[in-house]
Amino acid sequence: MTQKQKKMLYRIIISFVLLAALMIGEHTGFLPENIWLQMVLFLIPYLIIGYDIIIKAAKNIKNGQVFDENFLMMIATFGAFGAQEFSEAAAVMLFYQVGELFQSYAVGKSRQSISDMMDICPEYANIEENGALTQVDPDDVEVGSIIVVKPGEKVPLDGVVMEGDSLLNTAALTGESVPRRVCVNDEVYSGCVNGSGTLKIRTTKEYDDSTVAKILELVENASSKKAKVENFITKFARYYTPIVTVAAVLLALIPPLVLGGGWINWMHRACTFLVISCPCALVISVPLGFFGGIGAASRLGVLVKGGNYLEAVSEMTTIVFDKTGTLTKGEFKVSKLIPADGITDGQLLETAALAEGYSNHPIAASIRAAYQKDLDMERVENASETAGHGITALVDGREVLIGNEKLMKNSGISITSCSDIGTVCYVAVDKKYAGAILITDTIKDGVKDAIGAMKKVGVKKCVMLTGDREETAQAVAEELGIDEVHAELLPTDKVSILEKLLDEQHGKEKLAFAGDGINDAPVLTRADIGFAMGSMGSDAAIEAADIVLMDDDVRKIAKVVKISRRTLTIVKQNIVFALSVKAIVLILGALGIASMWAAVFADVGVAVLAIINSMRTLSYSGK
Amino acid sequence: MKKKFKLEDLDCANCAAKMEEAIKKLDGVNDATVSFLAQKLTIEADDARFDEIMKNVQSTIAKVEPDCRLVM
Repeated sequence: MTQKQKKMLYRIIISFVLLAALMIGEHTGFLPENIWLQMVLFLIPYLIIGYDIIIKAAKNIKNGQVFDENFLMMIATFGAFGAQEFSEAAAVMLFYQVGELFQSYAVGKSRQSISDMMDICPEYANIEENGALTQVDPDDVEVGSIIVVKPGEKVPLDGVVMEGDSLLNTAALTGESVPRRVCVNDEVYSGCVNGSGTLKIRTTKEYDDSTVAKILELVENASSKKAKVENFITKFARYYTPIVTVAAVLLALIPPLVLGGGWINWMHRACTFLVISCPCALVISVPLGFFGGIGAASRLGVLVKGGNYLEAVSEMTTIVFDKTGTLTKGEFKVSKLIPADGITDGQLLETAALAEGYSNHPIAASIRAAYQKDLDMERVENASETAGHGITALVDGREVLIGNEKLMKNSGISITSCSDIGTVCYVAVDKKYAGAILITDTIKDGVKDAIGAMKKVGVKKCVMLTGDREETAQAVAEELGIDEVHAELLPTDKVSILEKLLDEQHGKEKLAFAGDGINDAPVLTRADIGFAMGSMGSDAAIEAADIVLMDDDVRKIAKVVKISRRTLTIVKQNIVFALSVKAIVLILGALGIASMWAAVFADVGVAVLAIINSMRTLSYSGK
Repeated sequence: MKKKFKLEDLDCANCAAKMEEAIKKLDGVNDATVSFLAQKLTIEADDARFDEIMKNVQSTIAKVEPDCRLVM
């Protein structure tokens, strides 16, 4: 609790004790008969608890703020005094303040838990000068400086490791719980927490351009991009208070003239109206719900740049993917071995791996990776590489040729041509065809599950765009369960296809695009929702995107959809709950059934409950 | 120029909304958002008159919520 809240708590306790004593006295007949003396006695707890409200109300009237809840609260309780309901007037003020205290405590708590989660902001950087370490503000560190990150400290700036190795906890940035191993020459991002080793880092960016500063800025700006529901509430709040206040005035004036029944009775009912006139429950809980939803997503390593995007995701029905870098890794891997007669898979792969042993071509690397076992390079002699063709080498004294069709043709070797999708490596031993190895770009882990999960949460159509060959694209699409493929595209074609798809959307349906940002920033901007890959993606893509997947894991898209749906459900619950309680109490109040107590509940009680409900958005993990 | 300021003792969400409205209407202010949750004011205003505009902003804040202070 803050100092201010503590002070309020003491005032509540003192006023409560006094009021309780007076009310006991009232019921047991201990109070003086004189009505004025009674009023003075009840004014003591009333003023202890409500003096600040009266002061604020007075200041606000001076500034011409009539529809201010302090002022309305003051009028309402004065009205109750006027109706000679002294205990009620004091009690209503007391409960109003209790509610306000709860509200401020709950908001403080939720703000705290959100900022704890976003606790990635580094407070200092250690700079080494003349052998001694000094702590400086990360803002003051120049690019190219050497900083030291001790075990357990946050990496304050982006840079490259010069000395040391360690495990970095990247959970705050990517939501990934497995620590990442870094050693000399590895790039490190600010906001990660250092494990057990000390690292010496040469910074590559200023603080303002570093990952952590960018993320914090995104998150802070997120609350300024409001969802439609939020805008609706803001508009609603603007009209709600004046309407309720006018209704209260009318209620105090017209029925006594038309229906009779006494001025005091109707004034009392009108005061009940004034107590409910603040739209606080909605004004706090709706943005808080979105804040929580964005917070829950960022804990998964997904940055949502605004409430409006979180809202849009819940209506997503079509998602368009860029293939390379988003669905596939952009890395090559052996996918099929086609040995010639009389040769086993193992022999083919072993021969090829040995022959490619000295090469640093990505295809060679993928063949060695497929072989897995250690290579005895003493078995290989005279290896030579012909760019664009392949490799010749002596393996165990036998001449091995490995490469494309051209190489085989040039050496006069007849082969069984392979028409599969991907890159084909032919192998010949002693001028005799030994088989082929098929190498393809690998699909990212879990992409198939990711697409299944998206379909499960209501995405109707998955589309893939790629510059690749038609056959390759079709094969990938089939494996993943993609509904529509557009292949052999130029970057400009992507925009026109996206626009065509956007035209096919009906009503509220939203279209998303997910890409790694290489050449697709315009498409990211054009789509209703743009998902960018944060770690692979370019800065331009992250800038253009609405939602950033920090660890490039497309499985998280379905989770974000779930988070957004849940956030909207909770927000809508709050709106319906707050409005209906207020409406019911207003009606009952007008009929003289609901007391001012019920009105206080409809005001602050509902606000507290709505805040607590909103906080559930923060704890959801999309499972 | 776009700048951010911290708001101290911004206690009520409805006041934050009212404050935002009032600040947006000030002369020279292009855009403003008051975030109750972040307790922050983000303001975009004319460069040349920025200091003068901020004075008006301060008095507007004081009018809407006397308790609330702008940390410059």
